[in-house]
Amino acid sequence: MDYDRIEKRTRQSAAVRKGIIYFLLTIWALIVLFPFYWMVLTSIKSYGAYNSEYIPQFFTLSPTAQNYRDAFTTVSLGRYFANTLFFTLATTACMLLVTVLSAYAFARLDFKGKNLLFTGFLALMMIPNEQVIITNFATITNWGLRNTFLGLILPSVTSVFYIYLLKENFEQVPDELYKAAKVDGTSDLKFLWKVMIPICRPTIITIAILKIIECWNSYVWPRLITDDEAYFLVSNGIQEIRENGFGRENIPAMMAAVVVISVPLIILFLIFHKKIMEGVSRGGTKG
Amino acid sequence: MEQKDFKPWLYLLPALLFLGFFMVYPLVDVLVYSLEEGYNSASQTFFGVGLYNYSYVLHDPYFLQAVKNTFLLVIITVPVSTGIALLISLGLNAIKPLRNLYQTVFFLPYVTNTLAVGLVFMILFKKTAYSDGLVNLLIRWFGGEGVDFIDGPYWAKIFVLCFYTVWVVMPFKILILTSALTSVKQDYYNAARVDATPRWRIFTRITLPMISPMLFYLVVTGFIGAFKAYSDAVALFGTDLNAAGMNTIVGYVYDMLYGDSGGYPSYAAAAALILFAIVLTITCINLLVSRRHVYYD
Amino acid sequence: MQITLQNLTKVFPKRGKKETGDVIAVNDFTFVIPDGKLIGLLGPSGCGKSTTLNLISGLEKPTRGKIYFGEDDVTGLPPESRGVGLVFQNYALYPHLTVLQNILFPLQNLKGAERPTKEQMIQRAEEAAKLVQIEQLMERRPSELSGGQQQRVAIARALVKLPRVLLLDEPLSNLDARLRLQTREEIRRIQRETGITTIFVTHDQEEAMSISDMIVVMKEGVVHQIGAPQDVYDEPKNLFVAQFLGTPPIHVFDGSVRAGSLYLGGTPVLDVPGVADQEVYAAVRPEGFVLNADGPLCCQLSRVEIMGRDTSVVCSHECCTSGTIRAIIPAENRVDQTLPTVRFSLKPNKVFLFDRSTQERIAVSNA
Repeated sequence: MDYDRIEKRTRQSAAVRKGIIYFLLTIWALIVLFPFYWMVLTSIKSYGAYNSEYIPQFFTLSPTAQNYRDAFTTVSLGRYFANTLFFTLATTACMLLVTVLSAYAFARLDFKGKNLLFTGFLALMMIPNEQVIITNFATITNWGLRNTFLGLILPSVTSVFYIYLLKENFEQVPDELYKAAKVDGTSDLKFLWKVMIPICRPTIITIAILKIIECWNSYVWPRLITDDEAYFLVSNGIQEIRENGFGRENIPAMMAAVVVISVPLIILFLIFHKKIMEGVSRGGTKG
Repeated sequence: MEQKDFKPWLYLLPALLFLGFFMVYPLVDVLVYSLEEGYNSASQTFFGVGLYNYSYVLHDPYFLQAVKNTFLLVIITVPVSTGIALLISLGLNAIKPLRNLYQTVFFLPYVTNTLAVGLVFMILFKKTAYSDGLVNLLIRWFGGEGVDFIDGPYWAKIFVLCFYTVWVVMPFKILILTSALTSVKQDYYNAARVDATPRWRIFTRITLPMISPMLFYLVVTGFIGAFKAYSDAVALFGTDLNAAGMNTIVGYVYDMLYGDSGGYPSYAAAAALILFAIVLTITCINLLVSRRHVYYD
Repeated sequence: MQITLQNLTKVFPKRGKKETGDVIAVNDFTFVIPDGKLIGLLGPSGCGKSTTLNLISGLEKPTRGKIYFGEDDVTGLPPESRGVGLVFQNYALYPHLTVLQNILFPLQNLKGAERPTKEQMIQRAEEAAKLVQIEQLMERRPSELSGGQQQRVAIARALVKLPRVLLLDEPLSNLDARLRLQTREEIRRIQRETGITTIFVTHDQEEAMSISDMIVVMKEGVVHQIGAPQDVYDEPKNLFVAQFLGTPPIHVFDGSVRAGSLYLGGTPVLDVPGVADQEVYAAVRPEGFVLNADGPLCCQLSRVEIMGRDTSVVCSHECCTSGTIRAIIPAENRVDQTLPTVRFSLKPNKVFLFDRSTQERIAVSNA
């Protein structure tokens, strides 16, 4: 019989297939990682060395930290960074407060028109940002909030999707707990704080991280609402650096700034990658 | 009892205020804007009501350029990124060792600042007086002709924009497809193997129908996302996209609103509503097509 | 097709760092399955019976040992080259395909000369459907079928390619009690009609006993006994097999043998000639109790349950390790329920002795 041949062929073709798969996956991994490598590499090349390379070199033997010093001294990278940090934390904190309260109302409290209102909330998820940003721009301008943190933060606070996500999670907390707390005379607010939030902490952390990523990378709204450099966030900052910063050609210093901007999120990702990926696969989208 | 009635609303108040001011009201207001002819943002006055704003936008060469760019971007990146993401997810699903590592690496672009990494792409693709840039070096290596992807011919600019867009949207698609693939029960594959089903047939007759809802979801969100492209283009070509001829519809909206050519919220509103109409139409077409090809449990 | 399993062993490497040691799912299984028989692999969950099935189908590779289909060594062969039909526990019907498409699926995989024409395919699918009596459901989708109907479709799909062996993994576990009875008859009938060697896995001893030509009793990867159902029931090799087969289960007593008599709590209850003096487990089948006012075994009476055909006497005895005793006696024997106790004598062929330490059967001469 030719069983031996079938057996051998199966084994061989499986091995070949595995090899091809690993090869292709590795190629994509390289495409993903290469820009990161390149930005770090370029950021430690000296200005002179970089500009004298007609053919770009894949490594450098004389790394320098000068570009990082430049990035913080020549342009106000430190300020952009601090602005973004403040904006991100403040927005995320407000978002959590608003989201937790309304998710709790939808999940645990009874009132007239609850379902109708929730459907309305869900419908808002489909509203594209461009549609509302025009009026928001006018609103914030009229309120005299251009170039203020308040103006940056206010329209960025609410995310219907996170309310939805947290409401779903809140609803999984058994009703008995709520009834028991009511019998014991626990107030709603205390129950929310002492029971619901601790139980649903994983989801809350997930939406907080997703919001942090969103804030850290936000570009469009900050660009519209700030033209004073004192209120620039990193995204606008980097664009500013590119167009007016070091002089167009100091690419190593520019890359140093890019590294500085990218590192916080990458660290966050390395710590929380399971949570982030799980949160995103539950229905997040980019932007 | 009375107390019970108003308490929930207290909890909802912050959300209602925020959403009311920054989502519901603008939604109505944008329509108003788009119909107010000759609106002056300084004096906040207008001449009349009509469709002039739409007509202006539709005749603006910058807008037409933006529409062309956006459509090209959509038509190229949605199929390409979904296809590659499917291949990669299938690959990921077929391996065990290193799988988590690959998955984590592939997800990395999701958490990066689009503007910042866009700069890296810019220097990789750009050709300057000092250097041809890395990509051109590689092209030369393989015997091709170098070209400036950032300031050069139109097709090159579209190429680099598509390339970067695909790079940026890939993590989400890979993630969704990988989890869709792992949720297909192993029993189906075992049953198919015992029945000596060829690989290709397993893929087309079992895997694809089983993941079709997720695939469809990705196509729909992919279309919507690609129509809203903006910051990728800014990252590569700078803020003056009109000058680079690389503006997108969303970019046009923002430029009309604010910036060097800004101050025309009515035109911006009209353009935004046109975009909304386009996206809505495409999504409806998607839904109709999916009725025939998507299997729901 | 005769199937030979030779020293078949499957070891799963330990998963994760927390677990210690590898798991031996199947340990040194040797068995020749005669052609055209219905074999029941029986054992509690986790005993390795499903793994054995997967080894035969080729979905798992054995760590050691060989598998022969007839004369062919198929040990290293992938499942697609083995020509087995496999029915999954949850049926694994493709939800997006109709019943007909599901049944056609294996046929459409055939290549070259083996590949039938379209008409032949449909004809064969219809024959298979007819065999399992679902020919009127061909255009439905699996989600529109009841559990029993899905089961039939799964069997039809496995049979349509005329497999050399039919493997059924817990075929009845997802069905309700009434359907289960009906379906097991059906499986027996289909197996008889097709004559295909069939192996099925179950944890339900009644199910295995009722339709199998032979049963294999497994526990923790080890085969404990192989034989015709009645033989295994009547002559269990060890305590596990005795306990696993039979409803209500066998009653186990702490007993001792002295001078050729079995003692339960100081009272001699049965002559066991040829057995050396020792401590034993004495296992008595529920039907091994005979109501006898002068019987040697005295039990505390709890209640009497009338079943109609027979009567079960619920009582207790200090030596019984399993708590209450449920003795099944013919209905015409009336129990005096006013008395606090009830007395039995024992049927010698329904009493088994097992070694206290090895739990192996102790032979009783001329029993």
